[in-house]
Amino acid sequence: MTDFTADILVVGGGAAGLSAASEAASYGSKVLIVESDLELGGQLVKQTHKFFGSKDEYAGTRGYKIADILLDEIKENGQNVRILTNTAVTGYYMEDNTFTAMRGEESYMRIKARKAIIATGAQERLIPFPNNDLPGVYGAGAVQTLMNVYGVTPGRRVLMVGAGNIGLIVSYQLMQAGVEVAAVVEAMPKVGGYWVHAAKIRRLGVPILLRHSIKEAFGEKVIEGAVIMELDDKFAPTGKEERVSCDVICMAVGLSPTTELLSHAGCKMKYVPELCGFVAERDRTMRTSNPDFWSAGDAMGIEEASAAMVEGRIAGLCAAQSLGFPARMEKLDEYWARLDHLRAGEVGEKIRSGIGKVTCGAWEA
Amino acid sequence: MNEKEKESLFNSGVLTGELPGAVRPPQDLWSGKKAGLVIVECPQRIPCNPCATSCPAGSILPFSDINDTPKIEYSKCTGCAICVAACPGLACFVVDLTFSEDKALYKMPYEMLPLPEKGDTVACLGRQGEELARGTVEAVTQPKRDKTYVVHVSAPKEFANDIRAIRTGDWA
Amino acid sequence: MELIEEHPVLEQSNFRRGDKVGFTFDGVAMEGFGGAPIAAALHANGVRIYRETPVMNRARGFFCAIGKCSSCFMVVDGIPNVRTCVTPLEAGMKVETQRGKGQAIIAPILQE
Repeated sequence: MTDFTADILVVGGGAAGLSAASEAASYGSKVLIVESDLELGGQLVKQTHKFFGSKDEYAGTRGYKIADILLDEIKENGQNVRILTNTAVTGYYMEDNTFTAMRGEESYMRIKARKAIIATGAQERLIPFPNNDLPGVYGAGAVQTLMNVYGVTPGRRVLMVGAGNIGLIVSYQLMQAGVEVAAVVEAMPKVGGYWVHAAKIRRLGVPILLRHSIKEAFGEKVIEGAVIMELDDKFAPTGKEERVSCDVICMAVGLSPTTELLSHAGCKMKYVPELCGFVAERDRTMRTSNPDFWSAGDAMGIEEASAAMVEGRIAGLCAAQSLGFPARMEKLDEYWARLDHLRAGEVGEKIRSGIGKVTCGAWEA
Repeated sequence: MNEKEKESLFNSGVLTGELPGAVRPPQDLWSGKKAGLVIVECPQRIPCNPCATSCPAGSILPFSDINDTPKIEYSKCTGCAICVAACPGLACFVVDLTFSEDKALYKMPYEMLPLPEKGDTVACLGRQGEELARGTVEAVTQPKRDKTYVVHVSAPKEFANDIRAIRTGDWA
Repeated sequence: MELIEEHPVLEQSNFRRGDKVGFTFDGVAMEGFGGAPIAAALHANGVRIYRETPVMNRARGFFCAIGKCSSCFMVVDGIPNVRTCVTPLEAGMKVETQRGKGQAIIAPILQE
């Protein structure tokens, strides 16, 4: 068994984790990034669209290029950063202050760190319907991975379930990959994602069927199609149904924060519907109730990657400062100003309400 | 279309009338303006400002809050179409009504395949993907060298408020 | 192979593809890119069923692509329950549809 030590362990090498690691390493702390995927970059590497926000959040730059920018930044502090990919942190044992991790399928290790930043992101949700287990029902993130990371065509004709930002963006990306999008169904009376993302696919002829959901999938061994149904004001089926032929049903019905490690660490957790699940209570430094644990990004509540990057910066800054590294704490207010801006709009309303429920001024000493 | 149908159409991403952030240029200025005027269709408050920060003419006014919807001073717009390429939401367009007697020049963002070439005939689409007319590609530019192309298409003037996308390739 | 040959934004070099290597799926010879996940290589070869569930014998395939959902478990070089969505393909790998829970290879633990 190999053992690793670090000043700061960053679990997850996506938008939040890379930002946290880069920030913390820039002040001289020794950072270990552990990433379960084969390479760093998280969801950023799958995004071919240009990001929103302002220049500070790389607005106008495509997501996969932002991943490159963050990786270059990490390289600048390369002497302070160690990276383990294809390695999943499997647990935290409070009594020994030890993390366990698994590299590939076979090799196990222990990690000891003085502080930890949990940036584990999120996992895809599935909704119940007959035959939702058939091959061809894929998570939207998985579809993006296949086509945008590995260059594999996910299917020929896709039914998208969900018109949040992910459902809308992935629909557009599917069209870029030469895949037909039969329709997007959305149970709510309004698209949940940015209106402009919806307009982009509407003008290319993709129907977005509001107040519609999937009733069932069909297929002998793999997906051959779906029955979609219209819903009324109370989300009950009106009886109007339609068969859609497709070989992929892409599920973009939401994400749940990945928080197991925070629970292992005894962090106070709270169920917050606006943040899409159980999330850790935090102070303004993104520190949890366990004084050695920070967290950032989707693990702290489902939000845009632009916000995840700023939260990561805050966690990295404050974790480094807690260890006595010369962190520039005056940046904290600047980072918060950026977050407040990102969350100020109509789409940020839900996030603001959710974050208000789990943020405290400061943990008692 | 009744109000409820209109609302539902808008809620699915189709503009159904003017709104803050999605207004038409003043007709008198527009009809005589060489190179055309910008049309932004961004009616929702979202945290995004590249249209304003990229505008070299100061025509898309600076935002006081990053969630502002775009406001335009049309007299300053040169029709350069930098915003068309810069907008992450592909919500900026330029329409030049001076192109010819009966045709306007539509400058629209394009990120699909196949990439058209000058002289190609393309299908000009409305906001629901419906084919409104056939157009001729007059130029294809890539202002930001980042794979968002701006395709200049000449097509009948009567669709100045409707043509917002093209389809290329085997559409016939 | 069902690969994206042309893309308006991404270059072929953006795709994570190592050298082409040979492997077998249920005894059939196939090709894929080394270093990329086994599941991606199978999908590119048109294979969508990766295992059969233990009780209901239902087909399962690709789903989450992040090693979390267990849908893509397969038998690889005799080892069952391999997360093929995050396990890199290597030359000569023997990949098999997993039926039920899979049969583990029990190696002799102690040899005097």
